[in-house]
Amino acid sequence: MTTIFEMSKKGRIAFKIPNNNIKDYEFDFPEHLLRKTSPRLPQVSELDVVRHYTNLAAKNYSVDVGFYPLGSCTMKYNPKINEKIANDEHFSMIHPFQPMETAQGALQLMYELKEMLCEISGMDDMTLVPSAGAHGELTGMLIARAYHLSRGDTKRKKAIVPDSAHGTNPASARMAGFEVIEIKSGPDGRVDLNELKKHLDEEVAVLLLTNPNTLGLFEKDIIKIAEMVHEKGALLYYDGANLNAILGRTRPGDMGFDIVHLNLHKTFSTPHGMGGPGSGPVGVKKHLSKFLPVPEIIKENNTYKLNYSKPESIGFIRSFFGNFSVLVRTYTYIKTMGKEGLKKVGQMAVLNANYLRKKVSKIMDIAYPGLCMHEFVSTCEKLTKETGVKALDIAKRLLDYGIHAPTMYFPLIVHEDFMIEPTETESKDTLDEFAKILGKIFEEAKQNPELVKNAPYTTPIRRLDEATASRKPIVKFNFEGE
Amino acid sequence: MHRYIPHTDEEIKEMLNEIGVKSIEDLYIDVPKTVDDYNLESEKDEFTVKSEILSLAKKNKVFKIENIFAGAGIYAHYIPTVVEHLANDQRFVTAYTPYQAEVSQGTLQALFEYQTMMCELTGMQVANSSMYDGATALAEAMLMAVRVSRKNKILAASSINPEYLQTSKTYCTPQNIEIEEVKWNDNGTLDIEDLKSKISDETSAVVVGYPNFFGIIEDLKLIKESIPEKTLLIVVSEPVSLTILESPGKLGADIVVGEGQSLGVTPNFGGPGIGFFTTLEKYVRKMPGRIIGQTKDVDGKTGYVMVLQTREQHIRREKATSNICSNHALIALINAIYLSTMGPEGLRKVAKMSYNAAHYFAEKLKEKGYSLIFNGPFFNEFAFDAGENYYEKWKKLAEEGFLGPLPLVKVLPNFKNCALACCTEVNTNESIDNLLKHF
Ligand SMILES: Cc1ncc(COP(=O)(O)O)c(C=O)c1O
Repeated sequence: MTTIFEMSKKGRIAFKIPNNNIKDYEFDFPEHLLRKTSPRLPQVSELDVVRHYTNLAAKNYSVDVGFYPLGSCTMKYNPKINEKIANDEHFSMIHPFQPMETAQGALQLMYELKEMLCEISGMDDMTLVPSAGAHGELTGMLIARAYHLSRGDTKRKKAIVPDSAHGTNPASARMAGFEVIEIKSGPDGRVDLNELKKHLDEEVAVLLLTNPNTLGLFEKDIIKIAEMVHEKGALLYYDGANLNAILGRTRPGDMGFDIVHLNLHKTFSTPHGMGGPGSGPVGVKKHLSKFLPVPEIIKENNTYKLNYSKPESIGFIRSFFGNFSVLVRTYTYIKTMGKEGLKKVGQMAVLNANYLRKKVSKIMDIAYPGLCMHEFVSTCEKLTKETGVKALDIAKRLLDYGIHAPTMYFPLIVHEDFMIEPTETESKDTLDEFAKILGKIFEEAKQNPELVKNAPYTTPIRRLDEATASRKPIVKFNFEGE
Repeated sequence: MHRYIPHTDEEIKEMLNEIGVKSIEDLYIDVPKTVDDYNLESEKDEFTVKSEILSLAKKNKVFKIENIFAGAGIYAHYIPTVVEHLANDQRFVTAYTPYQAEVSQGTLQALFEYQTMMCELTGMQVANSSMYDGATALAEAMLMAVRVSRKNKILAASSINPEYLQTSKTYCTPQNIEIEEVKWNDNGTLDIEDLKSKISDETSAVVVGYPNFFGIIEDLKLIKESIPEKTLLIVVSEPVSLTILESPGKLGADIVVGEGQSLGVTPNFGGPGIGFFTTLEKYVRKMPGRIIGQTKDVDGKTGYVMVLQTREQHIRREKATSNICSNHALIALINAIYLSTMGPEGLRKVAKMSYNAAHYFAEKLKEKGYSLIFNGPFFNEFAFDAGENYYEKWKKLAEEGFLGPLPLVKVLPNFKNCALACCTEVNTNESIDNLLKHF
């Protein structure tokens, strides 16, 4: 599609700025700091802007367009009332530097949300500041670091991460200064206790765990794992990306986790916005509360305040108080669902995943047998061996049928895999339809592998040359030849 | 039944049958039951939710936009209706990270165009498609400078945004990166002598605001000339100012970062905004964050994909250039729509009107006997001595309907009775005169 730069015509405008009736002041800074050439921003009319972005929107797949079974991403329906409320000017137009007496509604909302999230996660205290899951992980790792240092325990330089973990886990641990020890999962797709024991020593600061893990399996031995970790003086960290599965059933705090981050943009239905913004609150058990980042929201005599003086805090992890408008969406969602609704979310997410697993198992192999939680991992390795058709090809063919492909090639320990997460907001009809189409594509692959290998055919563009794109990156519009 | 959950009882039965279990309970055999009933309220209908939350919202005071005189990182600019309208298109809002490029061309092209616009503003060669905010963008810029230079000392001007500096320290300390501050002069610009005395072979980068936190326009050219060639120059900037100020790229910057909220994004009580991050082509592989690139499809049609993903957490894991995964892509889209709507002339007019308003405000204050803290050149913000008990006065101003200049003690405890004033194109002659009546 034509870029907006190509649509540009010198002199066109899309917006007229009214005059503020203030006289013109000469620039009083040195001449060499005065800009000489104008940035080549688009010069278009208002209709051009509207058409350009509307046409771009039409080239996007989204939850509002269709089924999005991306495992680990929790692409559920995003209620419209959340958007409406978050965009209300009493939330969107308030300035972080207005007197806190004039922002009591916002602070009260954050305070109450913090309490609700503590209840849901089973933690004692919570910060709402982190901007995404990975930002929460970094915050959590910094808390773990601060905790050990505060006790004079300086040799704890290692963080243990299972090989099935999301890539942000090792990256975040590393950013917080830890050496990352990867441990192999057992044959049942869960943490191998012997493997864990082998690596668990007095130098380990923290074990990072997702439960259910990224294979969609619940770590049955979690109580034992927590004991083992705590016995060695280490902390247990919960990656809350998969919290959706256990809503209303169990809580990370009850399983023995010391630190947890939640992905509000997953479990709590905030739209992912093409890759963000999200929000990644971090909850802790009481003994870690003093390390939480600033500011902290407190309530004193029915007034809400921000507290910046926490001497043992890890400090600032971004400016201001977090992604406030995401917090408004979450608050709205929890109020709408209520405790019964949240429990139902967990149940229906697990029901949908198991139902779809059963249906998909008739078409492709499921990586680990038995019941799953809210997602499962399947593999088409057999088909690949027989026909040369890869998971990637099937993913592309799904696009032709108007369905977004599941997560591919993750977790790394399963080959030619799909990680499928239907979420609770999809109906049985949708799941049946997905299974039917998947079956059809497998038939196609067997009958006519080339057909599938060259998919997609009907999308706005077809398969892209990604290798050249990374070898010789073109990362901005080329104005040359103007 | 719940309105977001479609399952009928009949369907639930059929599904359980297909799975081969008797009840939902049977699906949880691996999971200990530790809660049955959260200590939370029960579900509520839409009428009730809306009325409850909006009455909570009403406890927040929304200032008339022309009466907002506080900035310090979050700016009140007028947002054209088309920007809000298009940014709420649910095909953007409810899309995910573009893992399937063929059905994400809307996201990808918009972000590619965003990257281009940010390069144009900053005068840099490459941009990523967003960081969380200005503070985290700066922190990541410091980490990147250390990856590039393999030296781990950073010199940062004390006059950069205090929260950015604090955030950077939080990010840098565990990696044994030392941040040393450089003083400012009486006129509010970086003290070049102090800079020179602190620079050493171990210095990987020098960080400076342009304009700095006090609104002062630093002489980037002079700073660049005062540091060794191998030392990176990291500039924290305000994008609107860059239609008036010479681009940092032209003046020798290696990395330019900042907060993009002023480009069409509502203040949102401080978040989400967007961190922008731009640098030189030679550093592209050391850069954090998602980058979108142009390529061709099998039919030779132009399309867009995420590029250089081998730097990223899902491939490099513990060796990744940063852990960022979800970023602020939707806000980048808003920036792009805003910049398309304003165009170069429009944005320049926004900048010039902001400049004029701030200078008018400062002039009038001086006429009334107030003095500015620094006499260096400023863009649309300036610090002044607001007199005894300014903090209380500021709260009174709020009752009168003005969000007055920020009492600096809120962020810098040593600045008693000082205020940081900010104007944008929305402040009129009349609104400034009205505020001045209270001074
Ligand atoms: C298991 C897991 N952990 C962590 C993350 C990181 O969260 P975010 O993308 O919000 O940074 C994700 C997101 O994809 C995830 O799936």
